[in-house]
Amino acid sequence: MLNMSTRDGVYNALVEVGQENKDIVVLDADLCESTKTVGFKNKFPSRFFDCGIAEGNMVGVAAGLSAVGKIPFAASFAMFVAGRAYEQIRNSVCYTNLNVKIIGSHCGFSSAEDGATHQCIEDIALMRATPNIMVVSPCDYVETLAVIRAAVKYKGPMYIRTSKFVSESVNKLPYLESFDLKKGVLLKEGNVVGIVATGVEVYFALKAAEFLEADGISVTVLNIHTIKPLDAELILSVARNVKFLFTVEEHSVIGGLGDAVASLVAEEAPMFVKKLGIKDEFGKSATALELLKLSGLDEVGIYKSIRQVVSEREVSGSFSTMF
Amino acid sequence: MDVDIEFQLKKLSLKLRVDILKSIYLAKSGHPGGSLSCVDILIYLYKYVLNVHADSLKDENRDRFVLSKGHGAPALYAVLAELGFFDSSELLKLRKLGSMLQGHPNMNTTPGVDMSTGSLGQGISAACGMALGLRLNESSARVYCLLGDGELQEGQVFEAFCFAAHQKLDNLCFIVDNNGLQIDGTIEEVAGFFNLKEKFKAFGLEVLDVDGHNFSDICRAFEKAKQIKGKPSIILAKTRKGEGVYFMEGQASWHGKAPNGKEYELAVGCLREKLKELEGV
Repeated sequence: MLNMSTRDGVYNALVEVGQENKDIVVLDADLCESTKTVGFKNKFPSRFFDCGIAEGNMVGVAAGLSAVGKIPFAASFAMFVAGRAYEQIRNSVCYTNLNVKIIGSHCGFSSAEDGATHQCIEDIALMRATPNIMVVSPCDYVETLAVIRAAVKYKGPMYIRTSKFVSESVNKLPYLESFDLKKGVLLKEGNVVGIVATGVEVYFALKAAEFLEADGISVTVLNIHTIKPLDAELILSVARNVKFLFTVEEHSVIGGLGDAVASLVAEEAPMFVKKLGIKDEFGKSATALELLKLSGLDEVGIYKSIRQVVSEREVSGSFSTMF
Repeated sequence: MDVDIEFQLKKLSLKLRVDILKSIYLAKSGHPGGSLSCVDILIYLYKYVLNVHADSLKDENRDRFVLSKGHGAPALYAVLAELGFFDSSELLKLRKLGSMLQGHPNMNTTPGVDMSTGSLGQGISAACGMALGLRLNESSARVYCLLGDGELQEGQVFEAFCFAAHQKLDNLCFIVDNNGLQIDGTIEEVAGFFNLKEKFKAFGLEVLDVDGHNFSDICRAFEKAKQIKGKPSIILAKTRKGEGVYFMEGQASWHGKAPNGKEYELAVGCLREKLKELEGV
C-alpha cells in the first residue's frame, strides 16, 4: 500500500510530464518545498520560476506564459492562490480561457497546526462558481499522477486541489491507464446508501462503508475527482439506485461538492441528500486528523452521521432493528 | 523624426480622437479622458514599433502589446481599426450587445488584442509572462505594456516590476500614461506617489522620460528602450487627460463619462478646427 499525499503526487508527476513536454513551465510563490514543485525545480531549473511571495503576479505571469504557447502550472497553498489570487484567476485565466493549471495545495485542514489563516475551506466554492475552469480534487497519490498527466493533455484553465494529508492510496498504479478527467469512479456498489466523496475523504468514505456493511447496510462509494464539470450521469445513476445520498468533502458545506451534487439531484432525481463537510466556521490549530475528527470527517464520524440518518428514516427497513 | 512622418502622425492623432469620441458617444458610456491621453503613444507603437500586422496575428514571433489600463480600450480599438485589424464600422458598435468590442479589451473577440484586461494591475503581470515565455522560446519578439498612473496604486503592479527586474526581462518595455488624474481627483490628492521616477529606478527599471503627445519624443524613447540590456525599461510619458478637446483637458470628471450630443459636436468641431490649422487650410 502506498502511504503518500496528493502533494507527493505533484512532485513525481511534474517531473514526469516535464521530461516529456518541454513547453511545461512551473511557477511557485516561495513554497516549492511544501507544494512539492521542488522536484521539477531541481530537475528543470531553467523552466521553474519562483515568483516570490506575490501570488497575484504569479497567476498573471502564468496567463502571459500560456498566451505565448507555454503550459504553466502555478502552485501555492490553496488559501493564497485560490483565495488571495482569486480575481487574477478569474480575470486573467478564466475570462481569457488560457491554458493555465493552478495547483492549490494544503487544502481543507491539511495545513493543520498553522491554523485557520492557512486552512482553505472555500476554494472549491470559489472555483466552481467561476466560468471556464475545470475543478479537480484527486483522492490520493496515484490519482494525482493521473490528474497531472491529464491536465497536460487538457487545453484550458484547471484548478487542481491537493493535500498534505498522508493516507493509504485508494487506487493502484495501473489505474493511470483508465483515468478519465470527466468520469467519476465507482469504488463500491450497494443499494441503500450512496456516498459521493472527493479528495482525501474518498479514503475515509471507503472505511466508513466497511463499518456500514458490517451493520448490514449496503453502500455505494463514488469518487468524484472532477467537481466541475460534474459527472452528472454517474451521480444520477447512483442516486436512482440508493435510498439515501451522502456527500463527503474536506471543504465547507457551502458551495462545494455537496452543493454541486445536491443541486443536480434536486433538479433531476429529488431525494434525501445529506452534506458532510466542514461546518460554516473557521478551523484552529491541531493535527489534521484531530480536525477531521472534530468535523466528523474521519471514518467513524462519517459512519455515525450516516447511521443516524438511516436509523431515523428507515423505520420499517429490514435492518433498522439492528441499531 | 522626418517632418512629413510627424505631420501624418499628427493628422492621424486628430482623426483617431474623433473616432474615439464617436464610439464613446454612440455607446453612451466609456472612458474618453484616458483614451485621449494614451492614443498618441498607441499610434506610434502600432505604426512604427510593433512588428504586428492584421495578416500576421498567428505569427509566434510577433511583438505583443498589453493595454493594462484596459479602460483605454476605445483608443486601442481606433488604432486597430485604422490599421485594418477589423472593419472600422465595428467602432460604432462599441459596448453594444453582440459587439466584438467589449467595454474592456477581450482577446477572444477582438482581432489584434493580445490580452484581455480591465481589472487594473493584471495586464502587467501577463506582459511579464509573455516576455518570459518569448525568451524561453528564443524569440526576438518584444512585449510592450501600457499602464495608467492611477493603476500604479494596485500593489500587483509593483509585484510585477520586481519580477520583471529579477528575471532581467529586457524584451519588455512598460509605458506609463502619466496624466496625473484618476476618478476621484488628482493622483496627488487621492493617493500621491511622490517621485515616480526614483521609485521605478529603485525597482530596477531603466526610466525614460517623454512628452507623451510629442511624436519625436515618443520615437526617441522607443528607440532607446530597444537598446537597454539586462533590465526592463519604463517610459514615463507625461500626458494630458482629455488631450485635444479643450473642455475635457485636465478634468478628472471626464474619466468615465460619455459626451452628450452637444458636447460631442463641440468636441468634434474643435478637433476639425485643429486639423484645418495643421493642414494650413
